[in-house]
Amino acid sequence: MQSPGALEISRRDLLVASAATVTVASASSLGHAQTNPPAASQSTTVGFTVNGERRELRLDNRTTLLDALREHLHLTGTKKGCDHGQCGACTVLIDGRRVNACLTLAVMHEGDTITTIEGVGQPGNLHPMQAAFVNHDGFQCGYCTPGQICSSIAMLEEIAANIPSHVTSDLTAPAEITAAEIRERMSGNICRCGAYSNIVEAITEVAGRKA
Amino acid sequence: MRAFSYERASTTEAAAKAAATKEGAKFIAGGTNLLDLMKLEIETPTHLIDVNELGLDQIEPTPEGGLRIGALVRNTDLAADERIRRDYQLLSRALLAGASGQLRNRATTAGNLLQRTRCPYFYDTNQPCNKRQPGSGCAALAGFSRQLAVVGVSDACIANHPSDMAVAMRALDAVVETVQPDGTPRSVPIADLHRLPGDTPHIEHVLERGELITAVVLPKPVGGKQIYRKVRDRASYAFALVSVGAVIQPDGTGRVAVGGIAPKPWRDEAADGELPNGAKAVTAKLLTDARPTEQNAFKLTLVERTLSAVLAEARG
Amino acid sequence: MKFDTPATTNPIDQLKVVGQPIHRIDGPLKTTGRAIYAYEWHDPNTRYAYGHVVGSAIAKGRIRSMDVTAARSAPGVIAVVTSDGIGELKKGEFNTAKLFGGTEIQHYHQAIAVVVAETFEEARAAAQLVKVDYAEEKGVFDLAAARDTAVKPEEDEPDSAVGDFDGAFSAAVVKLDQTYTTPDQSHAMMEPHASIAAWNGDELTVWTSSQMIDWWRTDLATTLGIDKEKVHIMSPFIGGGFGVKLFLRSDAVLAALAAREAKRPVKVALPRPFLMNNTTHRPATIQRIRIGAGRDGKITAIAHESWSGDLPGGGPEVAVQQTRLLYAGENRMTAMRLATLDLPEGNAMRAPGEAPGMMALEIAMDEMAEKLGLDPVEFRIINDTQVDPEKPERPFSHRDLVGCLRTGAERFGWQERNKQPGGRRDGNWLVGLGVASAFRNNLLVPSGARVRLDREGVVSVETDMTDIGTGSYTIIAQTAAEMLGVPVDKVAVSLGDSRFPVSSGSGGQFGGNCSTAGVYAACVKLREAAAQKLGFNNADDLIFADGEVRSGDRRMPLTEAAGDEGLVAEDSIEFGKLAETHQQSTFGAHFVEVGVDVATGETRIRRMLAVCAAGRILNPITARSQVIGAMTMGVGGALSEELVVDKERGFFVNHDLAAYEVPVHADIPHQEVIFLDETDPTSSPMKAKGIAELGLCGVAAAVANAIYNATGVRVRDYPITLDKLIKDLPELS
Repeated sequence: MQSPGALEISRRDLLVASAATVTVASASSLGHAQTNPPAASQSTTVGFTVNGERRELRLDNRTTLLDALREHLHLTGTKKGCDHGQCGACTVLIDGRRVNACLTLAVMHEGDTITTIEGVGQPGNLHPMQAAFVNHDGFQCGYCTPGQICSSIAMLEEIAANIPSHVTSDLTAPAEITAAEIRERMSGNICRCGAYSNIVEAITEVAGRKA
Repeated sequence: MRAFSYERASTTEAAAKAAATKEGAKFIAGGTNLLDLMKLEIETPTHLIDVNELGLDQIEPTPEGGLRIGALVRNTDLAADERIRRDYQLLSRALLAGASGQLRNRATTAGNLLQRTRCPYFYDTNQPCNKRQPGSGCAALAGFSRQLAVVGVSDACIANHPSDMAVAMRALDAVVETVQPDGTPRSVPIADLHRLPGDTPHIEHVLERGELITAVVLPKPVGGKQIYRKVRDRASYAFALVSVGAVIQPDGTGRVAVGGIAPKPWRDEAADGELPNGAKAVTAKLLTDARPTEQNAFKLTLVERTLSAVLAEARG
Repeated sequence: MKFDTPATTNPIDQLKVVGQPIHRIDGPLKTTGRAIYAYEWHDPNTRYAYGHVVGSAIAKGRIRSMDVTAARSAPGVIAVVTSDGIGELKKGEFNTAKLFGGTEIQHYHQAIAVVVAETFEEARAAAQLVKVDYAEEKGVFDLAAARDTAVKPEEDEPDSAVGDFDGAFSAAVVKLDQTYTTPDQSHAMMEPHASIAAWNGDELTVWTSSQMIDWWRTDLATTLGIDKEKVHIMSPFIGGGFGVKLFLRSDAVLAALAAREAKRPVKVALPRPFLMNNTTHRPATIQRIRIGAGRDGKITAIAHESWSGDLPGGGPEVAVQQTRLLYAGENRMTAMRLATLDLPEGNAMRAPGEAPGMMALEIAMDEMAEKLGLDPVEFRIINDTQVDPEKPERPFSHRDLVGCLRTGAERFGWQERNKQPGGRRDGNWLVGLGVASAFRNNLLVPSGARVRLDREGVVSVETDMTDIGTGSYTIIAQTAAEMLGVPVDKVAVSLGDSRFPVSSGSGGQFGGNCSTAGVYAACVKLREAAAQKLGFNNADDLIFADGEVRSGDRRMPLTEAAGDEGLVAEDSIEFGKLAETHQQSTFGAHFVEVGVDVATGETRIRRMLAVCAAGRILNPITARSQVIGAMTMGVGGALSEELVVDKERGFFVNHDLAAYEVPVHADIPHQEVIFLDETDPTSSPMKAKGIAELGLCGVAAAVANAIYNATGVRVRDYPITLDKLIKDLPELS
């Protein structure tokens, strides 16, 4: 797995992020005893596969999949935008299906296969969807971007699997890839910077390449 | 979110029994509504029973020619099912009009029926809300009520039911199947599932503690033109201001259920009888007892106009 | 570098790199989840604690007492810090409401405690256990009701007057006198406010999400009562801001206090449902506009008055700003009045002033054009001015509003617009076209940078500038590459660190022009140092290109100038009086086509075009993204965005992303943007101006005007939701 939280890799990326070399100074509290640890009955051991790697965690039952990824596995590419299923920034793939990681408990995913943005592609080895987002400037602040990308990859699979949408005109005909379909199906991923027009172009390009 | 213990149930009977015997227990399936509310401590279960492994995820034909939809069938899978798309388009359409692709991938059939209101005062634990905290009052009545219910309301509560799917289920005369804590199954027509608020808005349905929904049964297909029209401010990923689910037969008869306007999917069989007489007549019957606020009175006009558009579309 | 005479030819004019469509250099990081935002800094050797905020449950009053016994003894809890426990904290210069400290409650969800625990789950649960006894007081929450109590604010120019407005207006042949309202709006950026604070002795490091590093550093030091030099702020990636991250926010204060109490680094993120009342918002306005004109369409009298509200000590929404400059007219007046409201703090949101001001003014212009029987595009062109209408001796530095309107009209097919409102149908859709001018002033803020050259030929730029999605990383790299003649991938850009030279920061659409001008200044110094080191003394034909320095026939590798120690130069751009002698503004035109459902009144956008005249475009990709993003936000402002005030209880009711509806994918069609090819030498050596806020100004009015054109229903009260249209839509068969 990646060294946690480290900024990688390609020369240009490294240069951009050179400010990231700072580390937290205060390590003196490492030995701080935990007061009142949670009752054993309120935590559970769960095992799942994340980006191809088997992980086993003992978690407070309350831990969402999102917080398990971000705070326990330090896979912070999956973003917390609202923590209430209202924005889509936390979209990950569970057994290939897109899901809001904020609205599911980690302990409910025993044996599941989870893919986060870190598993989709890396700097220097971008997934076609990631490359298309860069080429079409399908983002600005970047905070919704991992969710948009995970969502769009699974969304194209949903069309391929003939899952209809709100704008599908004929429910008995095969689902099609159109701009209107992409817009409707991506509406669970909010981008406040307003990159929608570019995102649709990025996805359309990738869909065309696949088709 | 309060701490809770967690178990994965392996049979429906065990799940129902556990829920009835363990104080503060709740079922969790998709979790898309429950966890949202738990984070805000609107729901505070002390024990969660994960029912995802119960195998209630099949859609099967019934001897009567209908379909039995497992309680755990995800909204995406239900909407995409070939038989639903062919024979119960209204249901497919309603599902697809709700939430987002991600949420539909998790949300289940039973959970969708039992989802709770989106009234903003219900969602803010600093505010009085009779549904959340009985006897505390209703801040919505004199507050922000544009989204809320206009009919079936009481002085205690004007919250509306947010489901799209339930509106279609109501129009299709679905029947909810449950298993009770003692293992006895029972059937509840969807019309009877949700309760009106009256003086007890915190009691939202007729299910007993521990009673688990196992399936929703659709009667045999009724044919007709099936149209679900959802009206909202933004084009997607928003709750309905008003939604109209209708099945219209070639002779102009049919049935209609309305969402967004009441504490439950709103249908009146007497109003169905007015369908051949047009939207105005139907709406007048449906909304006879409407008690809108100043902010949501527009919904009366909106129901009529939306239904009018639906009828025009049905006529082709 | 003092910039006090208009720029002449300089190395930027080569446009080998600047002005080119270069993809964001931070793109690979952002698209792979490797860009590290505030809450995500992680040192494996540190055990972080988690802080969870407690907010006030009332809008106004005092805390009688707080009982934290249960919270303190809850599982995992390390510390509880309360506002009544720590006494008064000083308030930072830029905040109106206090972020923490003291027993007075100024607004709903004001932070009153932070609970620190071993885990996020424990902190969140324990925060619910804090019991507060409030002495609630009656507050004022309704702007319309408080309008008559509004007073003249302590602004530089709350009022302006030229000529005889009253006389000219009453004498005008054609008149308009209308009132418009805009609601409170929320920034709703995707990354919630978050901070990690770590103390090392008396030194504090805060990783946070800030648009303005130095303002945060200053105000955090003030709030905590410590020396500014002891505070280190880090914010290299910011998940959007739109103004709400301009000023210090409670998460940074709470994290710092919590970390001090817990004696270890603490992470604090503000929960989404808490943001909208805890932080700031764009204040609602009531705007009265009067326009008088002759039959020729020339405006003879124009008046714009605006009422808004804020907490005591706050300021008005300066919604009349653009009306002083946008159109000609000899007799004019503007006025702003400010009511005291006990709602959360009103403050800057993208294009403060102009955004809501243009929402009103550009409907008024549409209404006036109709009264005059003029095409709305032509009416605006007739009233163009090349000078400051209040001070005719003061020209605009460069103004091509007319070019924007004409280009847009042609490209959008404006001539196809049905002149009869309500006259065009497409199935169930009533279809209409609308136009509005875009206008936003260009602001100049000093900005510094440090530039290093190493022996590998890598140029490193350090500035405390931020990239909030605007593209700062990329345009700064382009600027340095152009100035020093290296490819853009030989430039490393480090931003958002208070150890770097103080920059303009990101706000008021000044960041792009000013921060690159600061980099330009530092690069000029580096060029001088390099030239000297390479023995090009006093050469005036120096060229930095292809990794070389050239003069006449002599050429030397740039790396040679670096030597083993490297070369470093630092400078900042300081702006002289050019903004006083010339009015610097940015211009545009928005064109929108809408469909309004004839039955339900739902409005959907069908087409959008923006034409912008905003100086040199430093990068057409990132600039275009700023504009389409602004257009999207404008659609939200037109159709759905409103923080709804509960006028009894005094808070914004719809305080999450489900209830406060910002546009989603399905709301936004393909968007077109055209940049007119121009430069403005008075703005900076870059000859660029702002673009990020211009793109928003006028969008909502263009939508409103299109809705009117589609339906014949004029709505003057934003957002234009279907309930405001439905009773006036045609009867259905």
